[in-house]
Amino acid sequence: MTATCPPFPFAPRPILLALGLSALSACAQAPSADGVSDPLEPVNRGVHAVNKGLDTVIVRPASKAYGTVVPGPVRQGVSNVADTLDLPGVVVNQVLQARIGEATTNTLRLAVNATAGIGGLFDVASVLGMPKTDADFGQTLAVWGVGEGPYVELPIEGPSTARDTVGLVVDLAMNPLNNVFDGNDADATLAIEGLSRLNDRYRYSDTIDSILYDSADSYAQLRLLYLQNRRHEIAKAKGGTGGEDGDFIDPYEEDFIDPYAD
Amino acid sequence: MSGTFVSGLSRRHFLGTGLAAAAALGAMPAFALSDAEARALIDKAVADINAIINSGRSEAQMYPAFEKLFATYADVPQIARSALGPAAKTASKAQLQSFTTAYQGYVSRKYGRRFREFIGGRIEVTGARPVKSYFEVISTAYLKGESPFEVRWHVSNKSGKNLFFNIIIEGVNMLASERTEIGAMLDKRKGDVDALVQDLQRA
Repeated sequence: MTATCPPFPFAPRPILLALGLSALSACAQAPSADGVSDPLEPVNRGVHAVNKGLDTVIVRPASKAYGTVVPGPVRQGVSNVADTLDLPGVVVNQVLQARIGEATTNTLRLAVNATAGIGGLFDVASVLGMPKTDADFGQTLAVWGVGEGPYVELPIEGPSTARDTVGLVVDLAMNPLNNVFDGNDADATLAIEGLSRLNDRYRYSDTIDSILYDSADSYAQLRLLYLQNRRHEIAKAKGGTGGEDGDFIDPYEEDFIDPYAD
Repeated sequence: MSGTFVSGLSRRHFLGTGLAAAAALGAMPAFALSDAEARALIDKAVADINAIINSGRSEAQMYPAFEKLFATYADVPQIARSALGPAAKTASKAQLQSFTTAYQGYVSRKYGRRFREFIGGRIEVTGARPVKSYFEVISTAYLKGESPFEVRWHVSNKSGKNLFFNIIIEGVNMLASERTEIGAMLDKRKGDVDALVQDLQRA
Protein backbone atom coordinates (compact mmCIF):
# COMPACT_ATOMS: atom_id res chain seq x y z
CA MET A 1 0.00 0.00 0.00
CA THR A 2 1.33 3.38 -0.92
CA ALA A 3 1.52 5.21 2.34
CA THR A 4 3.34 8.26 1.06
CA CYS A 5 2.44 10.41 -1.87
CA PRO A 6 5.42 11.07 -4.07
CA PRO A 7 5.06 13.60 -6.85
CA PHE A 8 3.97 12.18 -10.18
CA PRO A 9 7.22 12.04 -12.11
CA PHE A 10 5.84 11.96 -15.64
CA ALA A 11 2.37 13.26 -15.14
CA PRO A 12 1.25 16.59 -16.47
CA ARG A 13 0.03 17.91 -13.14
CA PRO A 14 -2.74 20.19 -14.37
CA ILE A 15 -4.38 17.24 -16.08
CA LEU A 16 -4.16 15.09 -13.00
CA LEU A 17 -5.60 17.86 -10.90
CA ALA A 18 -8.36 18.33 -13.40
CA LEU A 19 -9.20 14.67 -12.96
CA GLY A 20 -9.71 15.33 -9.31
CA LEU A 21 -6.91 13.09 -8.22
CA SER A 22 -6.00 15.27 -5.33
CA ALA A 23 -9.28 14.27 -3.82
CA LEU A 24 -8.53 10.59 -3.84
CA SER A 25 -4.86 10.45 -3.05
CA ALA A 26 -5.69 9.09 0.39
CA CYS A 27 -2.39 10.29 1.76
CA ALA A 28 -3.76 11.19 5.11
CA GLN A 29 -5.56 7.93 5.53
CA ALA A 30 -3.50 5.12 6.96
CA PRO A 31 -4.60 1.64 5.95
CA SER A 32 -5.92 -0.54 8.72
CA ALA A 33 -3.92 -3.43 10.09
CA ASP A 34 -5.14 -5.86 7.44
CA GLY A 35 -4.18 -3.49 4.62
CA VAL A 36 -7.79 -2.76 3.67
CA SER A 37 -9.15 0.78 3.68
CA ASP A 38 -12.92 0.63 3.34
CA PRO A 39 -14.61 3.66 4.91
CA LEU A 40 -17.52 3.27 2.47
CA GLU A 41 -18.20 -0.29 3.56
CA PRO A 42 -21.94 0.12 4.28
CA VAL A 43 -22.55 1.63 0.82
CA ASN A 44 -20.25 -0.88 -0.83
CA ARG A 45 -22.08 -3.76 0.79
CA GLY A 46 -25.35 -2.43 -0.59
CA VAL A 47 -23.87 -2.26 -4.09
CA HIS A 48 -22.45 -5.74 -3.61
CA ALA A 49 -25.88 -7.13 -2.77
CA VAL A 50 -27.29 -5.59 -5.95
CA ASN A 51 -24.37 -6.88 -8.06
CA LYS A 52 -24.77 -10.33 -6.60
CA GLY A 53 -28.48 -10.24 -7.33
CA LEU A 54 -27.78 -9.19 -10.92
CA ASP A 55 -25.36 -12.07 -11.24
CA THR A 56 -27.86 -14.56 -9.88
CA VAL A 57 -30.76 -13.38 -12.01
CA ILE A 58 -29.12 -12.24 -15.25
CA VAL A 59 -25.38 -12.65 -15.71
CA ARG A 60 -24.92 -16.19 -14.45
CA PRO A 61 -27.88 -17.67 -16.38
CA ALA A 62 -26.95 -15.68 -19.50
CA SER A 63 -23.35 -16.88 -19.33
CA LYS A 64 -24.57 -20.47 -18.93
CA ALA A 65 -26.79 -20.10 -21.98
CA TYR A 66 -24.00 -18.47 -24.00
CA GLY A 67 -21.49 -21.11 -22.95
CA THR A 68 -23.86 -23.97 -23.67
CA VAL A 69 -25.40 -22.79 -26.93
CA VAL A 70 -22.45 -21.15 -28.66
CA PRO A 71 -19.52 -23.47 -29.52
CA GLY A 72 -16.21 -22.84 -27.75
CA PRO A 73 -14.20 -21.80 -30.83
CA VAL A 74 -16.80 -19.16 -31.72
CA ARG A 75 -16.80 -17.79 -28.17
CA GLN A 76 -13.01 -17.75 -28.23
CA GLY A 77 -13.09 -15.86 -31.53
CA VAL A 78 -15.40 -13.21 -30.08
CA SER A 79 -13.17 -12.88 -27.01
CA ASN A 80 -10.11 -12.57 -29.27
CA VAL A 81 -11.78 -9.70 -31.13
CA ALA A 82 -12.56 -8.03 -27.80
CA ASP A 83 -8.91 -8.42 -26.76
CA THR A 84 -7.75 -6.93 -30.04
CA LEU A 85 -10.11 -3.98 -29.61
CA ASP A 86 -8.59 -3.38 -26.16
CA LEU A 87 -5.04 -3.26 -27.51
CA PRO A 88 -4.81 0.42 -28.51
CA GLY A 89 -5.77 1.50 -25.01
CA VAL A 90 -3.36 -1.01 -23.47
CA VAL A 91 -0.53 0.29 -25.64
CA VAL A 92 -1.25 3.89 -24.62
CA ASN A 93 -1.06 2.94 -20.95
CA GLN A 94 2.11 0.91 -21.37
CA VAL A 95 3.74 3.88 -23.07
CA LEU A 96 2.60 6.13 -20.22
CA GLN A 97 4.19 3.66 -17.83
CA ALA A 98 7.40 3.59 -19.90
CA ARG A 99 6.94 -0.15 -20.55
CA ILE A 100 8.18 0.30 -24.09
CA GLY A 101 9.02 -3.35 -24.80
CA GLU A 102 5.52 -4.54 -23.97
CA ALA A 103 3.96 -1.59 -25.80
CA THR A 104 5.94 -2.56 -28.89
CA THR A 105 4.90 -6.20 -28.63
CA ASN A 106 1.26 -5.21 -28.25
CA THR A 107 1.46 -2.92 -31.26
CA LEU A 108 2.78 -5.85 -33.27
CA ARG A 109 0.03 -8.04 -31.81
CA LEU A 110 -2.54 -5.56 -33.04
CA ALA A 111 -1.01 -5.48 -36.53
CA VAL A 112 -0.69 -9.27 -36.80
CA ASN A 113 -4.08 -10.18 -35.33
CA ALA A 114 -5.97 -7.52 -37.29
CA THR A 115 -4.53 -8.84 -40.55
CA ALA A 116 -3.36 -12.46 -40.39
CA GLY A 117 -5.81 -13.04 -37.53
CA ILE A 118 -8.71 -11.84 -39.70
CA GLY A 119 -9.86 -8.79 -37.80
CA GLY A 120 -8.80 -10.23 -34.46
CA LEU A 121 -10.82 -13.46 -34.66
CA PHE A 122 -7.68 -15.56 -34.30
CA ASP A 123 -4.90 -14.85 -31.86
CA VAL A 124 -2.08 -15.54 -34.31
CA ALA A 125 0.30 -13.28 -32.40
CA SER A 126 0.35 -15.51 -29.31
CA VAL A 127 1.20 -18.50 -31.46
CA LEU A 128 4.04 -16.44 -32.96
CA GLY A 129 5.47 -15.82 -29.49
CA MET A 130 4.03 -12.35 -28.84
CA PRO A 131 2.45 -12.80 -25.43
CA LYS A 132 -0.54 -10.78 -24.32
CA THR A 133 0.14 -8.26 -21.55
CA ASP A 134 -2.36 -5.91 -19.99
CA ALA A 135 -2.39 -2.37 -18.66
CA ASP A 136 -4.99 0.18 -17.64
CA PHE A 137 -5.00 3.76 -16.44
CA GLY A 138 -5.56 2.86 -12.79
CA GLN A 139 -2.32 0.92 -13.01
CA THR A 140 -0.66 3.84 -14.79
CA LEU A 141 -1.67 6.13 -11.93
CA ALA A 142 -0.21 3.63 -9.46
CA VAL A 143 3.07 3.55 -11.38
CA TRP A 144 3.08 7.36 -11.24
CA GLY A 145 2.82 7.13 -7.46
CA VAL A 146 -0.88 7.65 -6.79
CA GLY A 147 -2.11 5.69 -3.77
CA GLU A 148 -5.05 3.34 -4.24
CA GLY A 149 -7.44 5.23 -1.99
CA PRO A 150 -10.45 3.59 -0.38
CA TYR A 151 -11.98 0.40 -1.70
CA VAL A 152 -15.16 0.75 -3.73
CA GLU A 153 -17.51 -1.78 -5.24
CA LEU A 154 -18.94 -0.28 -8.40
CA PRO A 155 -22.38 -1.13 -9.75
CA ILE A 156 -22.09 -3.85 -12.45
CA GLU A 157 -18.33 -3.32 -12.84
CA GLY A 158 -17.56 -4.82 -9.43
CA PRO A 159 -14.53 -4.40 -7.14
CA SER A 160 -12.35 -1.32 -7.55
CA THR A 161 -10.61 1.42 -5.62
CA ALA A 162 -10.97 5.20 -5.83
CA ARG A 163 -7.83 5.33 -7.96
CA ASP A 164 -8.91 2.48 -10.20
CA THR A 165 -12.35 4.05 -10.66
CA VAL A 166 -10.75 7.23 -11.96
CA GLY A 167 -8.58 5.01 -14.14
CA LEU A 168 -11.63 3.28 -15.53
CA VAL A 169 -13.30 6.57 -16.45
CA VAL A 170 -10.11 7.82 -18.11
CA ASP A 171 -9.68 4.54 -20.01
CA LEU A 172 -13.21 4.84 -21.36
CA ALA A 173 -12.72 8.49 -22.28
CA MET A 174 -9.33 8.14 -23.93
CA ASN A 175 -9.92 4.86 -25.74
CA PRO A 176 -8.46 5.54 -29.19
CA LEU A 177 -11.30 3.54 -30.73
CA ASN A 178 -13.83 6.18 -29.69
CA ASN A 179 -12.77 8.13 -32.75
CA VAL A 180 -12.79 5.11 -35.05
CA PHE A 181 -16.20 3.55 -34.52
CA ASP A 182 -19.54 5.24 -34.28
CA GLY A 183 -23.21 4.29 -34.66
CA ASN A 184 -23.71 0.60 -35.39
CA ASP A 185 -19.99 -0.12 -35.20
CA ALA A 186 -19.81 1.36 -31.71
CA ASP A 187 -22.80 -0.78 -30.68
CA ALA A 188 -21.07 -3.83 -32.12
CA THR A 189 -17.89 -3.21 -30.14
CA LEU A 190 -19.98 -2.89 -26.98
CA ALA A 191 -21.74 -6.17 -27.78
CA ILE A 192 -18.42 -7.91 -28.38
CA GLU A 193 -17.08 -6.62 -25.10
CA GLY A 194 -20.22 -7.83 -23.32
CA LEU A 195 -20.06 -11.30 -24.86
CA SER A 196 -16.38 -11.55 -23.98
CA ARG A 197 -17.25 -10.89 -20.35
CA LEU A 198 -20.05 -13.44 -20.45
CA ASN A 199 -17.51 -15.93 -21.76
CA ASP A 200 -15.19 -15.12 -18.83
CA ARG A 201 -18.09 -15.58 -16.43
CA TYR A 202 -18.76 -18.98 -18.03
CA ARG A 203 -15.17 -20.19 -18.17
CA TYR A 204 -14.38 -19.24 -14.59
CA SER A 205 -17.77 -20.07 -13.18
CA ASP A 206 -16.36 -22.48 -10.58
CA THR A 207 -14.08 -19.80 -9.15
CA ILE A 208 -16.63 -17.00 -9.29
CA ASP A 209 -19.44 -19.15 -7.91
CA SER A 210 -17.26 -20.26 -5.02
CA ILE A 211 -16.52 -16.63 -4.08
CA LEU A 212 -20.02 -15.26 -4.57
CA TYR A 213 -22.13 -18.15 -3.36
CA ASP A 214 -19.98 -20.41 -1.17
CA SER A 215 -18.21 -17.78 0.96
CA ALA A 216 -19.52 -16.95 4.40
CA ASP A 217 -18.96 -13.27 3.52
CA SER A 218 -18.69 -12.89 -0.25
CA TYR A 219 -18.20 -9.14 0.04
CA ALA A 220 -15.13 -9.43 2.29
CA GLN A 221 -13.70 -12.31 0.28
CA LEU A 222 -14.08 -10.47 -3.03
CA ARG A 223 -12.56 -7.32 -1.56
CA LEU A 224 -9.54 -9.22 -0.28
CA LEU A 225 -8.98 -11.11 -3.53
CA TYR A 226 -9.31 -7.98 -5.64
CA LEU A 227 -6.94 -5.86 -3.54
CA GLN A 228 -4.29 -8.57 -3.25
CA ASN A 229 -4.34 -9.44 -6.93
CA ARG A 230 -4.41 -5.80 -7.96
CA ARG A 231 -1.44 -4.89 -5.75
CA HIS A 232 0.45 -7.84 -7.15
CA GLU A 233 -0.18 -6.72 -10.74
CA ILE A 234 0.88 -3.18 -9.91
CA ALA A 235 4.07 -4.38 -8.21
CA LYS A 236 4.87 -6.28 -11.40
CA ALA A 237 4.05 -3.24 -13.58
CA LYS A 238 6.48 -1.24 -11.46
CA GLY A 239 9.15 -3.75 -12.38
CA GLY A 240 9.20 -5.84 -9.20
CA THR A 241 8.90 -9.59 -9.11
CA GLY A 242 5.64 -9.29 -7.25
CA GLY A 243 6.89 -11.54 -4.50
CA GLU A 244 8.07 -9.13 -1.84
CA ASP A 245 5.10 -6.91 -1.28
CA GLY A 246 3.67 -7.77 2.07
CA ASP A 247 2.75 -11.32 1.12
CA PHE A 248 4.41 -12.80 4.11
CA ILE A 249 2.29 -13.83 7.03
CA ASP A 250 4.28 -15.58 9.71
CA PRO A 251 1.83 -17.78 11.57
CA TYR A 252 4.68 -18.99 13.80
CA GLU A 253 5.35 -15.54 15.19
CA GLU A 254 1.80 -14.42 15.64
CA ASP A 255 0.44 -14.10 19.10
CA PHE A 256 -1.31 -17.43 19.03
CA ILE A 257 -1.03 -20.51 21.16
CA ASP A 258 1.83 -22.68 20.05
CA PRO A 259 0.30 -25.96 18.92
CA TYR A 260 3.64 -27.64 19.51
CA ALA A 261 3.93 -26.47 23.12
CA ASP A 262 3.46 -29.94 24.51
CA MET B 1 -18.21 -8.29 -12.45
CA SER B 2 -15.17 -6.59 -13.85
CA GLY B 3 -13.66 -8.20 -16.89
CA THR B 4 -10.13 -7.44 -15.81
CA PHE B 5 -10.81 -8.82 -12.40
CA VAL B 6 -12.24 -11.97 -13.85
CA SER B 7 -9.22 -12.58 -16.02
CA GLY B 8 -7.06 -11.94 -12.96
CA LEU B 9 -8.99 -14.65 -11.21
CA SER B 10 -8.52 -16.97 -14.10
CA ARG B 11 -4.79 -16.92 -13.71
CA ARG B 12 -5.05 -17.41 -10.05
CA HIS B 13 -7.57 -20.17 -10.31
CA PHE B 14 -8.06 -19.84 -6.67
CA LEU B 15 -5.95 -22.08 -4.56
CA GLY B 16 -7.17 -25.42 -5.71
CA THR B 17 -4.76 -26.08 -8.49
CA GLY B 18 -1.55 -26.32 -6.61
CA LEU B 19 -2.38 -27.37 -3.11
CA ALA B 20 -1.40 -30.97 -3.44
CA ALA B 21 1.64 -30.11 -5.51
CA ALA B 22 2.97 -28.32 -2.48
CA ALA B 23 2.59 -31.57 -0.71
CA ALA B 24 5.86 -32.77 -2.15
CA LEU B 25 7.80 -30.10 -0.32
CA GLY B 26 7.31 -31.72 3.04
CA ALA B 27 9.80 -34.47 2.49
CA MET B 28 12.81 -32.20 2.08
CA PRO B 29 15.61 -31.60 4.60
CA ALA B 30 15.74 -28.27 6.43
CA PHE B 31 16.70 -25.42 4.08
CA ALA B 32 18.75 -27.72 1.91
CA LEU B 33 16.22 -27.36 -0.83
CA SER B 34 17.58 -27.01 -4.32
CA ASP B 35 15.75 -25.98 -7.42
CA ALA B 36 16.23 -29.37 -8.98
CA GLU B 37 15.00 -31.28 -5.93
CA ALA B 38 11.94 -29.10 -5.56
CA ARG B 39 11.16 -29.33 -9.24
CA ALA B 40 11.48 -33.09 -9.20
CA LEU B 41 9.30 -33.41 -6.12
CA ILE B 42 6.59 -31.12 -7.41
CA ASP B 43 6.57 -32.82 -10.78
CA LYS B 44 6.12 -36.10 -8.97
CA ALA B 45 3.31 -34.68 -6.86
CA VAL B 46 1.57 -33.33 -9.95
CA ALA B 47 1.85 -36.76 -11.55
CA ASP B 48 0.28 -38.25 -8.41
CA ILE B 49 -2.54 -35.70 -8.49
CA ASN B 50 -3.25 -36.39 -12.13
CA ALA B 51 -3.35 -40.08 -11.33
CA ILE B 52 -6.00 -39.36 -8.69
CA ILE B 53 -8.00 -37.06 -10.97
CA ASN B 54 -7.84 -39.39 -13.93
CA SER B 55 -8.64 -42.43 -11.83
CA GLY B 56 -12.27 -41.99 -12.79
CA ARG B 57 -13.29 -41.85 -9.16
CA SER B 58 -15.99 -39.43 -8.12
CA GLU B 59 -15.00 -36.09 -6.63
CA ALA B 60 -16.24 -37.20 -3.22
CA GLN B 61 -13.97 -40.24 -3.43
CA MET B 62 -10.99 -38.04 -4.26
CA TYR B 63 -11.29 -35.90 -1.13
CA PRO B 64 -9.67 -38.41 1.24
CA ALA B 65 -6.65 -38.62 -1.08
CA PHE B 66 -6.29 -34.85 -1.09
CA GLU B 67 -6.80 -34.66 2.64
CA LYS B 68 -3.97 -37.12 3.11
CA LEU B 69 -1.66 -35.00 0.93
CA PHE B 70 -2.62 -31.89 2.88
CA ALA B 71 -2.19 -33.54 6.27
CA THR B 72 1.21 -34.94 5.35
CA TYR B 73 2.83 -31.92 3.76
CA ALA B 74 1.13 -28.81 5.13
CA ASP B 75 1.46 -27.54 8.68
CA VAL B 76 -2.23 -28.00 9.32
CA PRO B 77 -2.25 -27.11 13.06
CA GLN B 78 -0.50 -23.82 12.35
CA ILE B 79 -2.64 -22.97 9.31
CA ALA B 80 -5.79 -23.79 11.29
CA ARG B 81 -4.78 -21.51 14.17
CA SER B 82 -3.92 -18.71 11.82
CA ALA B 83 -7.28 -19.10 10.08
CA LEU B 84 -9.11 -19.02 13.41
CA GLY B 85 -7.32 -15.78 14.31
CA PRO B 86 -7.72 -14.16 17.73
CA ALA B 87 -10.34 -16.73 18.77
CA ALA B 88 -7.53 -19.31 18.90
CA LYS B 89 -6.23 -17.55 22.01
CA THR B 90 -9.41 -17.94 24.01
CA ALA B 91 -10.48 -21.36 22.75
CA SER B 92 -9.90 -24.37 24.98
CA LYS B 93 -7.40 -27.06 24.03
CA ALA B 94 -10.17 -29.50 23.18
CA GLN B 95 -11.91 -26.88 21.03
CA LEU B 96 -8.70 -26.17 19.14
CA GLN B 97 -8.17 -29.84 18.55
CA SER B 98 -11.63 -30.45 17.17
CA PHE B 99 -11.41 -27.25 15.15
CA THR B 100 -8.12 -28.36 13.57
CA THR B 101 -9.55 -31.74 12.64
CA ALA B 102 -12.72 -30.25 11.19
CA TYR B 103 -10.75 -27.57 9.36
CA GLN B 104 -8.47 -30.12 7.74
CA GLY B 105 -11.44 -31.96 6.25
CA TYR B 106 -13.12 -28.73 5.22
CA VAL B 107 -10.05 -27.40 3.43
CA SER B 108 -9.52 -30.68 1.63
CA ARG B 109 -13.08 -30.70 0.34
CA LYS B 110 -13.04 -27.02 -0.55
CA TYR B 111 -9.87 -27.15 -2.59
CA GLY B 112 -10.31 -30.76 -3.68
CA ARG B 113 -13.43 -29.63 -5.54
CA ARG B 114 -11.23 -27.46 -7.72
CA PHE B 115 -8.75 -30.11 -8.73
CA ARG B 116 -10.54 -31.07 -11.89
CA GLU B 117 -9.41 -27.72 -13.29
CA PHE B 118 -5.94 -29.14 -13.02
CA ILE B 119 -6.48 -31.95 -15.52
CA GLY B 120 -3.83 -31.70 -18.20
CA GLY B 121 -1.86 -29.06 -16.29
CA ARG B 122 1.59 -28.93 -14.77
CA ILE B 123 3.61 -26.86 -12.32
CA GLU B 124 7.27 -26.00 -12.81
CA VAL B 125 9.50 -24.73 -10.06
CA THR B 126 11.54 -21.77 -11.22
CA GLY B 127 13.37 -20.84 -8.05
CA ALA B 128 13.71 -21.14 -4.31
CA ARG B 129 15.09 -18.65 -1.83
CA PRO B 130 15.35 -18.13 1.89
CA VAL B 131 13.28 -15.18 3.11
CA LYS B 132 13.27 -14.09 6.73
CA SER B 133 12.63 -17.19 8.77
CA TYR B 134 11.14 -19.30 6.01
CA PHE B 135 11.72 -20.58 2.53
CA GLU B 136 9.93 -19.41 -0.58
CA VAL B 137 9.61 -21.70 -3.56
CA ILE B 138 8.56 -19.95 -6.75
CA SER B 139 6.75 -21.87 -9.43
CA THR B 140 4.72 -21.36 -12.56
CA ALA B 141 1.50 -23.23 -13.17
CA TYR B 142 0.48 -24.13 -16.69
CA LEU B 143 -3.15 -25.04 -17.06
CA LYS B 144 -4.84 -26.11 -20.24
CA GLY B 145 -6.16 -23.11 -22.15
CA GLU B 146 -4.89 -20.59 -19.57
CA SER B 147 -2.05 -18.13 -19.47
CA PRO B 148 0.65 -19.41 -17.11
CA PHE B 149 0.41 -18.01 -13.59
CA GLU B 150 2.72 -17.74 -10.64
CA VAL B 151 2.41 -19.86 -7.49
CA ARG B 152 4.62 -19.21 -4.46
CA TRP B 153 4.95 -21.66 -1.59
CA HIS B 154 6.03 -20.64 1.89
CA VAL B 155 7.81 -23.45 3.65
CA SER B 156 9.03 -23.60 7.22
CA ASN B 157 10.67 -26.17 9.45
CA LYS B 158 9.49 -24.59 12.69
CA SER B 159 7.14 -27.49 13.29
CA GLY B 160 10.20 -29.75 13.33
CA LYS B 161 9.62 -30.83 9.75
CA ASN B 162 9.62 -29.03 6.44
CA LEU B 163 6.00 -28.20 5.82
CA PHE B 164 4.30 -25.53 3.77
CA PHE B 165 2.15 -23.02 5.61
CA ASN B 166 1.02 -20.65 2.88
CA ILE B 167 0.41 -20.55 -0.86
CA ILE B 168 0.33 -17.31 -2.82
CA ILE B 169 -1.19 -17.35 -6.28
CA GLU B 170 -0.78 -14.16 -8.30
CA GLY B 171 -0.59 -12.18 -5.09
CA VAL B 172 -3.57 -13.89 -3.47
CA ASN B 173 -2.64 -15.25 -0.12
CA MET B 174 -4.24 -18.45 1.15
CA LEU B 175 -3.79 -17.67 4.85
CA ALA B 176 -5.34 -14.22 4.47
CA SER B 177 -8.23 -15.63 2.47
CA GLU B 178 -8.82 -18.41 4.99
CA ARG B 179 -8.70 -15.98 7.90
CA THR B 180 -11.36 -13.81 6.25
CA GLU B 181 -13.56 -16.80 5.55
CA ILE B 182 -13.25 -18.50 8.93
CA GLY B 183 -13.61 -15.12 10.65
CA ALA B 184 -16.89 -14.55 8.80
CA MET B 185 -18.13 -18.03 9.67
CA LEU B 186 -17.27 -17.46 13.33
CA ASP B 187 -19.05 -14.07 13.29
CA LYS B 188 -22.19 -15.77 12.00
CA ARG B 189 -21.99 -18.04 15.04
CA LYS B 190 -21.34 -15.04 17.32
CA GLY B 191 -17.91 -16.38 18.24
CA ASP B 192 -19.06 -19.87 19.25
CA VAL B 193 -16.17 -22.13 18.23
CA ASP B 194 -18.13 -25.34 18.83
CA ALA B 195 -20.87 -24.19 16.46
CA LEU B 196 -18.19 -23.22 13.93
CA VAL B 197 -16.73 -26.72 14.13
CA GLN B 198 -20.14 -28.19 13.35
CA ASP B 199 -20.53 -25.83 10.38
CA LEU B 200 -17.10 -26.86 9.06
CA GLN B 201 -18.00 -30.52 9.32
CA ARG B 202 -21.07 -29.91 7.17
CA ALA B 203 -19.43 -27.51 4.68
